[in-house]
Amino acid sequence: MASENGTLTSGEYIRHHLTNLTYGQNPDGSWSFAENAEQAAAMGFWAIHVDTMFWSFFLGAIFCWVFRRVAKKAEAGVPSRGVAAIEFIVEFVDTSVRETFHGTSKLIAPLALTLFVWILLMNTMDLIPVDIIPSLAMLVGIEFQKVVPTTDINATLGMALAVFILIIFFSIKIKGVGGFMGELTGQPFAAEKLHWKIIFAPINLMLELVGLIAKPLSLGLRLFGNLYAGELIFILIAMLGLAQLPLHFGWAVFHLLIVLLQAYIFMMLTIVYLSMAHEKH
Amino acid sequence: MNINMTIIGQIIAMIVFVAFCMKYIWPPIITALDERRAKIAEGLAATDEAAKALELANVEAASITDKARGQASEIIEAGNQRGVQILSTAKDDAVAERERQVTAADAEIQQSANHAREALRQSVATLAILGAEKLIKKEIDPKTHEQLLEKLIAEI
Repeated sequence: MASENGTLTSGEYIRHHLTNLTYGQNPDGSWSFAENAEQAAAMGFWAIHVDTMFWSFFLGAIFCWVFRRVAKKAEAGVPSRGVAAIEFIVEFVDTSVRETFHGTSKLIAPLALTLFVWILLMNTMDLIPVDIIPSLAMLVGIEFQKVVPTTDINATLGMALAVFILIIFFSIKIKGVGGFMGELTGQPFAAEKLHWKIIFAPINLMLELVGLIAKPLSLGLRLFGNLYAGELIFILIAMLGLAQLPLHFGWAVFHLLIVLLQAYIFMMLTIVYLSMAHEKH
Repeated sequence: MNINMTIIGQIIAMIVFVAFCMKYIWPPIITALDERRAKIAEGLAATDEAAKALELANVEAASITDKARGQASEIIEAGNQRGVQILSTAKDDAVAERERQVTAADAEIQQSANHAREALRQSVATLAILGAEKLIKKEIDPKTHEQLLEKLIAEI
């Protein structure tokens, strides 16, 4: 992308595209927008990606607005086409949840619906040509703009972490603290005698903790990795001049699959993890 | 690729949206879907029932038609019989009437003939007496021969 200070090298171009609009505390204690990637990195934890937050909130609000409108109109009679389309999504999520999760929970189905549609909307931002929104943002003086929230590891790990908290919460709620600890220490090596149990417990705990922590990490990193790689390829294609047009189209078609599939996988894994948390061994 | 407060912001956003969905989106849509499903099931059941009722009604209609057809043919049969009966009765009556009239006419004719014969006999007797009177005025006393004459009249 051309900027005010002349032509960029391709490395700079890519780097520019992959930098979030960051507002945070500088090492010297003052708060400001980061002017480059190094400054953003130096801010450490006390910084926020304004573009990620804006787009994810914006898309979440669109989800809420559209579905709320349908929820108000929904009735047992003949649905209009728009209502039927939204109801189709709801029914699809409902079926997925029923097939996997056999307990009763008022939370899991709405959670799955929200995650699916929200992530789908966030992923779909990836199909907007990579330069349009950053260029427009630059016109009004915003230096960095990353429009796909799911290419920000904070967003995906944030959602994964929320799911992780729910896994712990439901595990303890259903099995009790003792039951949950027993699950963590009593397998995969099970024993009859007490002294063997005590010996196995730390080994089991280590193995199980790795498994437990791997759940949110894999959940968040899978989504992030797929979308980040997809975005990166869009950026690389965008540097090819006129040749980008057929390539862009081809990759966008392929990316449609990834957009939908990753949203679906995130939803399904959330349901699976939560139904595992509900099961007693 | 910095981990920072965005992660917390995202968790807050997610909590907000999930809570909104849980409260204002999921229940009304799912309720509507369940209600519609129940309605459709009801409708299908009603269709089945209606089809069954139609079949029953068809069977009933056929039996009623059959019965009506049977009754109609019975009525026609009875009518025919009655007609024949009336016809034959009328014929009998006519025959009887004719016979009665013929008899009456015969009797009348007989009566008239008798009357005529009687009258003729009277006239003949009178004539005979007048003729005989003229022929045998002197010798015949009407009073002595009247008995003889009446006997003669009766023989004519």
